[in-house]
Amino acid sequence: MNWLKPSWQAVLAVALCLIAVALGAITKPEAAAMAQPEASLDYPYLVTKGLMFGLLLIAALVSMTKLPAIVEALVLFVGAHLTAWLLITGINGFEGTALAPYFLVLATAWLLGWRCVAVLSSLRPVANWAKTALRLIIPAIFGAWILILWEAITRGAGIPFILLPPPSAIGARIAGSLPVLGADVRQTIFKAVIFGYVVGSGAGFLAAIAADRVPFLRRGLLPIGNMVSALPIIGVAPIMVMWFGFDWQSKAAVVIIMTFFPMLVNTVAGLAASGHMERDLMRTYASGYWQTLFKLRLPAAAPFIFNALKINSTLALIGAIVAEFFGTPVVGMGFRISTEVGRMNIDMVWAEIAVAALAGSVFYGVVALFERAVTFWHPSVRGG
Amino acid sequence: MTRNSPAVVSASKLGLTFQTNDGPVQALSNVDLTIGKGEFVSFIGPSGCGKTTLLRVIADLEKPTAGTISVNGMTPEQARESRAYGYVFQAAALFPWRTIERNVGLPLEIIGLSKAEQAERIKRTLELVNLSGFEKKYPWQLSGGMQQRASIARALAFDADLLLMDEPFGALDEIVRDHLNEQLLELWERTNKTICFVTHSIPEAVYLSTRIVVMSPRPGRVSDIIESTLPKKRPLDIRETPEFLAIAARVRDGLRAGHSYDD
Ligand SMILES: Nc1ncnc2c1ncn2[C@@H]1O[C@H](COP(=O)(O)OP(=O)(O)OP(=O)(O)O)[C@@H](O)[C@H]1O
Ligand SMILES: [Mg+2]
Repeated sequence: MNWLKPSWQAVLAVALCLIAVALGAITKPEAAAMAQPEASLDYPYLVTKGLMFGLLLIAALVSMTKLPAIVEALVLFVGAHLTAWLLITGINGFEGTALAPYFLVLATAWLLGWRCVAVLSSLRPVANWAKTALRLIIPAIFGAWILILWEAITRGAGIPFILLPPPSAIGARIAGSLPVLGADVRQTIFKAVIFGYVVGSGAGFLAAIAADRVPFLRRGLLPIGNMVSALPIIGVAPIMVMWFGFDWQSKAAVVIIMTFFPMLVNTVAGLAASGHMERDLMRTYASGYWQTLFKLRLPAAAPFIFNALKINSTLALIGAIVAEFFGTPVVGMGFRISTEVGRMNIDMVWAEIAVAALAGSVFYGVVALFERAVTFWHPSVRGG
Repeated sequence: MTRNSPAVVSASKLGLTFQTNDGPVQALSNVDLTIGKGEFVSFIGPSGCGKTTLLRVIADLEKPTAGTISVNGMTPEQARESRAYGYVFQAAALFPWRTIERNVGLPLEIIGLSKAEQAERIKRTLELVNLSGFEKKYPWQLSGGMQQRASIARALAFDADLLLMDEPFGALDEIVRDHLNEQLLELWERTNKTICFVTHSIPEAVYLSTRIVVMSPRPGRVSDIIESTLPKKRPLDIRETPEFLAIAARVRDGLRAGHSYDD
C-alpha cells in the first residue's frame, strides 16, 4: 500500500461524489424526466453528468497515489475546474432547479481545488520565477473559487437578482458600461480621492512636524485633530457641499478631513520612535534639529507614516464615495450607486462596488510596494 | 606622567542624583578627577557604579547636580557643540537603514566634509577595525561584534581629540579584542588622543591605560586611582611580566574594597 497517499480532502471528495451518484437527479427537470421515461423531456447535464462524476473521481483517486507534487496539483486543478465549468455552463437556462447532488458536485470540486492549493503551498521551489508564479497562482485560485461558488450557488439555487446577482452578470454589466464607469472613476478617484489624499496626508504630516517643533502646538493640535477626526462624515459632507459646491472639490474636502488625523497621530508617534541612544549619538555630533530630523527621526518614523498612508488609502475612497450621496454633478461612483439602487439596477451597483474594490486594492498595493522599498530595513519587512 | 599638560577633563566635587519614581538615586558623588592631554584613562568598577553616567556627564548627555566639570577648559555643552569628542556607546547604535559605510560616514555628513574626504576616512577606519569588504552590508546582516566594530570605526572617523568609549569591546571574542586593543594603543600613541575607556576587564584596563580609575557603587564614587608604570610601547606579552601582574593585583584589591561596601 505504499503507493497510497491519502488526504482528507480527497477521501471526503470521493465520499461526497458517491453520495451524489446515489441520489440520482441533479436538477428538477432531470427528476421529472426520470419519472416519465417515455416523454422526451430536455434536462441539463444530459451528456456531461457522467463526465463530471468521472472527472471528480479520477482526480480524487489519482491525487492519492504517490505522484510528484506538481503532477498531483495539475491533475487536481484540471479535475476541479473543468467540473466546475461544466456544472456552471450546464445550468444555463435551468436556473433555480438544482437539487442536492448539484451542490454535492460543487462541494466535491471545491474540496479538490482546496487540495490543489494545499499541494501548491507545500511546494518549495528554488527558482525565483517559480516562487513568483506560486505567489500569484495560489491567491488566484482562491479568488477564482469565491467567484465559482458565488456563481454556482446564485444560479443553482435561483437567488433573486435583486438580492445577489451572479458574478457573470456583474462582469457583463462592467463590460457593457465601460464609458460610464470610466467617467465615474475619473470624477471620484482621479479628482476627489487623489487630490484629497495627497493634500490631507501632506497636511497631517506637516502639522505633525510643526507640533514636534513648537511645543504649544503639540498640546493644542492633537486634541483638536482628534475632535475633527470624530466628526461624522454624514454631517460634514453636506456642509462641504455648501461651502465648496457640487463638484469634486467638496468631496476632496471631505477626504482631506478624513485623512488628516490618521497621518498626524501616526507621524507624531513615529517621530518619538527613534531610540534614546540614537538620539544621544546625534547630540554628540552636535547635530541640529533638521539634520536629526532628516537623518534619524524621519527614517525611524517611516513605518508609522506608511501605516497612515495605507489606512488613508481606504479611508479616502470611502469618504469620496459616501460624500457623493449628498449632491454631485451627474457623474461619480457614489452618485451612480445611490441612483442605480433607486432604479433597482443592482448589477450596476455591484459593478461600481467591484470597480471600487479593484481601485482600492490597487491603491493600497501601490502604497504597500513603496513601503517595502522604503522600509526594507524594518524587521517586519526583512523578516518576511 | 603627563599631568602637567593642560587638563582635558577636570571635575571637582562632581555629583549626580537621578530623580526616579522610587526616590532619588545617587549615581555619582564627590568625584574629583583631572585628565590631562594624551592620557589613556580606564574606568573600572562593578555594574551600576556610575561609569556610564560619568562618561555621559563629560559628554553633556547628562547634567551634573553638584560640583563642577570642564572639558577642554569649556563647559561640557560648549565642548559638545565644538565637537570636541567622539563617543562609543555600550551598544552599537547603528542606523538599520544605512549601509555600514554610510553609518560610518554619518558624523562626517553632519559636520559637512567633502565626499572625497568622507570616502577616504571611511575606507581608512573600516580597514582599522578589519571590516573592509562589508561597506555595502546593512548592520542587521552583521554579527553583534562586527556591528560594535563598525560603531568604533564611526567614532574614529569622527576624529576628535577626546575619545569616550563605554565598554567598546565587551561583545567581542578574546582574539579580536586583543587585536583591537593593540590597534587602539597604536592609534593612541600615533595621534596623541585623550581616551576615556570603560571596561570590566582588569587585564584590558591595565594593558591599555596610563591611569586606572577604580569606582565603587552606592553612591557611585572614585575609590582609587592607580598610575601605571608600564612603558608607552606595550607588546601583548607585556601582560605576563611581574610589573603588569602587580598593577593588576592592585586594581583587583581596589575593586574588592569597593565590593565589600555591599556586604
Ligand atoms: N536615566 C537614569 N535614570 C535613573 N537612574 C539611572 C539612570 N541612568 C543610570 N541610573 C542609575 O545610576 C546608577 C549608575 O548607572 P550607570 O549606567 O552609570 O552604571 P555603570 O557603571 O555604567 O554600569 P554597567 O557596568 O552595568 O554599565 C545605576 O544605579 C542606575 O540605576
Ligand atoms: Mg555602563
